[in-house]
Amino acid sequence: MQQYIPIVVFTLVAILFPIIALLLAKVIRAGSPDPVKAEPYECGVKAPTTAFDTRFSIRFYLIAVLFVVFDVETIFLFPWAVMFEKLAVFGFIEMVVFLAILVVGYVYAWKRGALEWA
Amino acid sequence: MDQPLYQFIVIPLVKIVVILGVLSLIVAYLTFFERKVLAYIQVRLGPNRVGPRGWLQPVADALKLLVKEDLVPGGAQKFVFMLAPALIIVPAFLVFAVIPFGPATRLFGLLPEAIPPYLTDVNIALLFVLGISSIGVYGIILGGWASNNKFSLMGALRSGAQMISYEVPMGFAIISVLLMAGSLSLVKIVEAQQSSHLWFIFPGLLGFGIYFICGVAETNRNPFDLPEAESELVAGFHTEYSGMKFAFFFLAEYTNMLVVSSLATVLFLGGWLRPFPNVAWLGFLGIVPPFVWFALKVAGFIFVYLWFRGTFPRYRFDQLMHVGWKWLLPLSLANVLLVGLIVLLVKG
Repeated sequence: MQQYIPIVVFTLVAILFPIIALLLAKVIRAGSPDPVKAEPYECGVKAPTTAFDTRFSIRFYLIAVLFVVFDVETIFLFPWAVMFEKLAVFGFIEMVVFLAILVVGYVYAWKRGALEWA
Repeated sequence: MDQPLYQFIVIPLVKIVVILGVLSLIVAYLTFFERKVLAYIQVRLGPNRVGPRGWLQPVADALKLLVKEDLVPGGAQKFVFMLAPALIIVPAFLVFAVIPFGPATRLFGLLPEAIPPYLTDVNIALLFVLGISSIGVYGIILGGWASNNKFSLMGALRSGAQMISYEVPMGFAIISVLLMAGSLSLVKIVEAQQSSHLWFIFPGLLGFGIYFICGVAETNRNPFDLPEAESELVAGFHTEYSGMKFAFFFLAEYTNMLVVSSLATVLFLGGWLRPFPNVAWLGFLGIVPPFVWFALKVAGFIFVYLWFRGTFPRYRFDQLMHVGWKWLLPLSLANVLLVGLIVLLVKG
């Protein structure tokens, strides 16, 4: 575990960096607060509503679900790829079967229009 | 001095300071370099007022961003609004903890013993890089959401969808390298390219292409810069950001470009190795230090990034999703099997 110690130190230093920079900026930056400046950006008119309750396309949600499925799949492939030379032909055939099952799911998602964006 | 303290705290701290310092300097001048390259592509001169030939422009920019008024929109979620820029810059820097810049060196005999110029080498380095760099997407989504501005929110959602869509083919492209290298350690991956006598770009050309396209999309750069699409979304997720917080988003974008370029160098172009590492009659190339080879390759990738920005128009969002899910994903899957087959036949 010793080689992880520098990473921990690096993490602490990296977290310090934005904190110090923000504090420094806070001390020396200009500031003349004004209620107009605090309005959300909009071209010439008052922003009609708050953005937190804006509704957005369901497709973003669908993409997120597909991502979870396929990203879990890549995680399964990592250990397989590292041990590939030892697993040899047997491991290769196993992974072809695994991927074939996933491709069936992929084709299904495609046919049902989950990948369309229109 | 206590030996473990010296080994685990002092040497790493020196390295960290050097890495962070050099990194900030490179990123600052990268912005200058980008403006210059874009200017020359468009037959202009670019920034040339501050300092000789404009060389002090990044210093002026940094000072300006530091003293700019820091506006927070009235309806914003204050804490999340402040957290988001930090969430995006810290992971971008952290990745450089495991990037191997060169082999262990004595710095031309200046050091008593050989010290590796990278911070550390762990056996899960590649997973670490993928995991840490994925945190950046939280910064973008939270920043866009907390701004309480519809432009920011739309930009953040687009960016999130884009980054997770392209992460999948990128993962598969990286797996094709693992098949050849048999290790997740970035140092071992470079050494594997030495012992197999060739850079992995030659058997992995398709994987390399997929990796770099995904890398450009992950960093939200042209032609995939939809999250900021000025013509429709003003500035995307960082519309409401100003001053130092804006600077963090800006820095993170350029640092991430360096991350993608460094990883591409390590995975496909032999890291610090010279071209054709084991061909004897090319031995004169060894005069150039390994670190310089690494820097040259990274610089090449950075230039391609800028070249893209200077020449390509922007994708439409449906086209972007189409390319990612219907082309890159099946291609990268096929590439994994293809490379697996090649490795089986060669090493069988």
